Amino acid sequence: MTVIMEGKIKTQTMDTMPKGNEGSSIKIKVLFFARARDLTGLSEMPLEVSSGSSAHDCLNDLVAKFPSLEEIRGCMVLALNEEYTTESATVKDKDELAIIPPISGG
Amino acid sequence: MTPEEKTLVEILDEHNPIDLARYINYVTAPQAGAIATFSGTTRDSFEGKTVLELRYEAYKPMAIRCIKSICSSARSSWSLHSIAVAHRLGPVPVGVTSVFIAVSAVHRADALDACKFVIDELKASVPIWKKEVYANGEVWKENSEFLERRLELGRQDGVSGGKNVDFEGHVKKGCCGAKVKVNGGGVANISTGHGGSRELE
Repeated sequence: MTVIMEGKIKTQTMDTMPKGNEGSSIKIKVLFFARARDLTGLSEMPLEVSSGSSAHDCLNDLVAKFPSLEEIRGCMVLALNEEYTTESATVKDKDELAIIPPISGG
Repeated sequence: MTPEEKTLVEILDEHNPIDLARYINYVTAPQAGAIATFSGTTRDSFEGKTVLELRYEAYKPMAIRCIKSICSSARSSWSLHSIAVAHRLGPVPVGVTSVFIAVSAVHRADALDACKFVIDELKASVPIWKKEVYANGEVWKENSEFLERRLELGRQDGVSGGKNVDFEGHVKKGCCGAKVKVNGGGVANISTGHGGSRELE
């Protein structure tokens, strides 16, 4: 398999070092809620990352794409497949990662 | 035939008011001598500003999971019959109920304590957000209960470090790591705890 490193390829990833084997990529769905949606302008988007990436890696990618997310980085939490997760969790193909700004239910 | 113990969790889409009687009815049972309820309503002001309405949104499937998990935790800490929790989404005008909890139990201490637990946990961990709308702006609110709990969410050990539980009961970890909070913090308020309110125009 030829891995193309240069050229006008539309990729989702930034300058992250490929982790895992052979640099194969996986695709997850990212959800933005409340203030996170205001900051990115999106409710959801697909994100392609290297296989073996962590939630932290995904978040780095997202902040690189949407620098204004930095505003809530310190107080947000993440959820993976509808459960709260730490940033060290590994994401797999077809996972759903939610960006959860400080909640205010009730 | 005696009604079974049951739990109802509903997140209502926009413009669907909460029918309080329906949920009270749901938890009512001949053997349950106590029904405790909590109704959260939109207040007309915050820090001197007039509030026109609150607008709610949710990560709905996860919110339902989290609330069910909170109900499970409540059952493992108190002897309960039935539980009903409803939360509205969309705009909720002043004075109107946005969240309603009804808990039935044989004895009132269980019902009252569990009811408080459920609303406290909901405010700390359920992915629902509200925007406070004023005449000249609007701001996303942030529950202080969440900000206190934030670092514990997602941790696998599931037990709140450092806080003592002042009642009996074993807390089962659900998907949101529902924690038991020490009584004495007062009423859970709609409040911001992170850098104050930011007003968006």
